This record gives sequence, C-alpha cells and structure tokens, in this order.
Amino acid sequence: MKKQSNPIVKWILIGTSAAFFLLMLVLPLFEVLYRSLKDGWELFSSALTAEYTLSALKVTLIATVFALAVNTLFGIMASWLLTKFDFRGKNILSALIDIPFSISPVIAGLAYIMTFGRSGWATPLLNQINELLGTDLSLVFSVPGVVLVTIFVTFPFISRETIPLLNTIGRDEEIAAAQMGASGLVIFRDITFPHMKWGLLYGMILCAARAFGEFGAVYAVSKARGKTFTLPLEIDALYMAGSADSITQAFAVSSLLVCMAVIMLVLKNIVEYHGKKKNAI
Amino acid sequence: MGKARVTRKKSVIPGFGLTLGVTVAMLSLFVLIPLASVLAYSFRLSGQEFIRLMTRPNVVQAFATSIGCALAAALINCLFGTLLAWVLVRYDFPGKRLMDGMIELPFALPTAVAGITLTKMYSNNGFLGRALESVGIQAAYSKLGIVIAMVFIGIPFVTRAVQPVLEKLSPFYEEASMMLGASRLRTFCSVILPEIAPALLTGFGLALARGIGEYGSVIYISGNSEKNGTQVVSYIIMQKLNSGNVDYEGAAALALMLLIISFAMLFVLNIVQHAASRRTNA
Repeated sequence: MKKQSNPIVKWILIGTSAAFFLLMLVLPLFEVLYRSLKDGWELFSSALTAEYTLSALKVTLIATVFALAVNTLFGIMASWLLTKFDFRGKNILSALIDIPFSISPVIAGLAYIMTFGRSGWATPLLNQINELLGTDLSLVFSVPGVVLVTIFVTFPFISRETIPLLNTIGRDEEIAAAQMGASGLVIFRDITFPHMKWGLLYGMILCAARAFGEFGAVYAVSKARGKTFTLPLEIDALYMAGSADSITQAFAVSSLLVCMAVIMLVLKNIVEYHGKKKNAI
Repeated sequence: MGKARVTRKKSVIPGFGLTLGVTVAMLSLFVLIPLASVLAYSFRLSGQEFIRLMTRPNVVQAFATSIGCALAAALINCLFGTLLAWVLVRYDFPGKRLMDGMIELPFALPTAVAGITLTKMYSNNGFLGRALESVGIQAAYSKLGIVIAMVFIGIPFVTRAVQPVLEKLSPFYEEASMMLGASRLRTFCSVILPEIAPALLTGFGLALARGIGEYGSVIYISGNSEKNGTQVVSYIIMQKLNSGNVDYEGAAALALMLLIISFAMLFVLNIVQHAASRRTNA
C-alpha cells in the first residue's frame, strides 16, 4: 500500500495535525492536572474527600448504572427489532431513536420539568400514584430525576453501535436456526449475541462516559448540592464560588473525572481492537 | 418496500411482537412523551407572544451566536478532522496509535471539565491566553472562545466519519490521477473529495447540531455577556429555568425554535448527502 509520496508534504500534514492534536486534546488534560495540584496535595485531597464530592460521586454512579442498564436493554431490543425484521415505519422508528443525539441537553432537562415539574401535566398522575402507594417519589429535582435525564441523553448510544454491526452480518444464520426450531432466546444467546458482543460493549463504554459527564440536562433538574448534585455540577458549584482555593478544588474534582474519562478511552480502544480482530477472521 | 401491501414480510425469526413492544414503549416513556410536553407547553404562548419573544434583541443575538459559532466550529472541524483522518489512514509516524486512541477524548471528557479548563487556558491567567492577548486577541469571554469550545467537542465527529471511507479508498486512484498529470490539489478536489463528501457532510451535520445545542463546555468560556453578544441559546433557556422569575413558557418556546432549527438543518444535510452519495455511486 506504500506509495512514493512527497516526504515534505507528508511531514507538513503530520506536523499540522500533531500540532492541532497537542493543542486541542493533550494540553487541556495537562492543564487540569497542573491546576488541581498547583496549590499542594492537601487542598487536592481535601477536595476529593469533601462530603459534597462524595455525595456527588454517589449520585453520578447511580445515574451511570441506571443509564447503562436501561440503555443496554433498549439497545438489545431495538437492534433485534430493526435488524431482523422488515416492517412499515421502520425508518421513522430508527430516526426517532436518534433524536436525543442531536438535541440540546438543556432541552432534555426542560422536557422532564414540563412533564413532572410543579406545573407538569403528569404531576397530578404521579401524585395519585404516590398517594396510592404511600410513597413520596419525585421525578424532577431529585435523584430519580437525575437518573431519568441521564437516560434521555444517552438513550441512542448503544443501539447506534449494535444496529449497523448486526446489519452488516445479516440474518441468514438466525433464519436457519429458527427453521431448525431454535427458540428466540437460544438464537439470541448462541448466534446474535456473540456477533454483537463487542459493539454492545463499545456502546456501553460510550454510554457510561456520557452518563457520568452529563452537565446541561442534569443541571436543569438538580438543585440541591450535597443531595442531587453529580460530579460535573459539584465542579460547577466550586468553580462558580470564585475564590482561588475553590477553583483549585474544582480542578481537583475535575481530575477525578479526567481519570474516569481516560479509563473509558483505554477500555474503548481495547474493545475496538478485539472487535476488529474478530471481524477480520 | 413500498410495493408490498402487507405490513411486514412474514419472518421465521421469533420475537417481533416482544421487541416492537419494548422498543416503542421505552422510546415513548423516556424520550417522546417528555419531548411532546415541550411542544404542548410552548403552544401555551399565543402567536403574538411567541413572535415578540423571538424578536427580542437578546434572543435574536443568542440564536445568531449559537448558529454562527457552531457553523464556524463545524467548518474548522471539517478541515482538521479530514486532515487528522487522512494522516491517520495514510501515514505511519511515531505516536500514531496514541493520536488515534485519543480522538474520542471530547466525548469521554465531561463538558463542564472541558469548559473550565479551556477557560483557564485561554483567559489571561493561562499562558495561551496571555500569548494571544499580547498580539491583541481576546480568546476567553468572546465569540472566539465559544468557537474554540465548540471545535473541541466536535473533533471526533468529522474524523470518525471520514476515516473509514478513506480506509476503503484505494490509493491507486490518486496515483492514477497524479500519473495522468493532475496536481495534488486537483487530485484531492476531483478524486478524493467526491468520495469522502457524504461522510464529511454527516460529520459536519453532527458537529453542527452538537455545537448549536451545546451548554456545558461553552458557558464558562463565553462569559455570557449580553453586551458582547456571547450568550448562547442554551444559556438563555437555562436562565429562564433558574432565575427568580421562572418562565417555563418562554423556555419551551425557545426550545421549540432550537428543535426546529436543528431538524431543518439535519433535513437539508440529509438531502444534500443523498445527492452527493448518488453522484459517487453513478
């Protein structure tokens, strides 16, 4: 595949993209680490062990786990439906699934406020359910609200990866298995799942990364620091407090999220590598 | 598909009913019904009120800022995204794997973290900001800052759309073109560009849509000043949810407008893309 290209052009192109890459992607990471540690270790560790931070970490993890669980179930169901069957309205359905991908996260938060907020149309219904069950569930300005908006913004992340993958593989094997009398569950377990495994994992990694980092949507439906704040909101609160110390603390909490982001990137590359190897065979 | 009168071809694979039911139910519960509430809410405003809201100077300015900066950022990303994809596909150099592996960083890094970090880098207490200021450019708290943040979050869209197309494109075409005496630029414009055009448009559209609605990475570096025209639409919507006098109808109306603009753009891009892919297939 090697061709004799002009080495000067080659190195100019590599140099330009390397400069862009270093400036836009690498430098910001070092900036976070530098700013979080520049005032000493004590401030850094105090920021990470603060009560607010730990509570925010807990809410973040809850939202991420729920988003992963719901979207994985949805991803599997939707990709089975959209790749194994032809039916009217299929294109519309797959376009609707992608909606959260192209709208502002702020609108996601807004949508839940307008549904379940104080003057939302579903609020009387929810109150009735609460009365009936004797519960006090609230779907905005609460942890369940944070979970719901997180699910919204990450909704298409998994199906987007698995549907194209299953489409390229086709459905011949499933048809053969079904004709030989295999049940749906067996077909899924023994044929479809092994094919979609790496795509599913890849989507789950992207979903998790977006879930723990979501800001705009969660910001709209979460107002109680120390109760419903996630890590990005805690960073915002520290940064907006404005003192030199609190800004350093904001970067300290950020460095935690940077670590999580880097872990996700490493996992993504491992999964991608395995997925490619498998497809090559 | 349109020819068949039956709703669906009989399939021997089981599970149609179950997966259809679960997919539609989950999609409606988590996405469609909440979104429909925004529509319903925004219709509480009368037509006159709607127009008065949309023509307010700060609203017009915010839409201009959001769309203008997102356009600029998406174009910059087309240039550098294609360059990155090209370099990653066609050349070998030290650090290539690292570069390839880090392209998705803007997806993985929380937007609030990106926002405060870029702000500190480009404001006058960061060395980049100071360097730019010494040549008379104010990066943070200006429209340039908004563009920088939008470029950051949009990098993976174009690169990852173009990369697989370039991988499949055999270098023989370029060689043939060059052997026939075409210049590098001519070869790029008339051999490579038509091939990658549909993918480039997809990446452009995704980056544009993301930029127009972006909140977290933009609000710190923009400074949100009405005077400097650095308020974005998402910021104004959020303001209507947060300030002392909450204005849900206004927020819903702005959201509706933002939705209409995003969908109109995606629709137009889809048509253009369709035309572009037909040209290359012919």
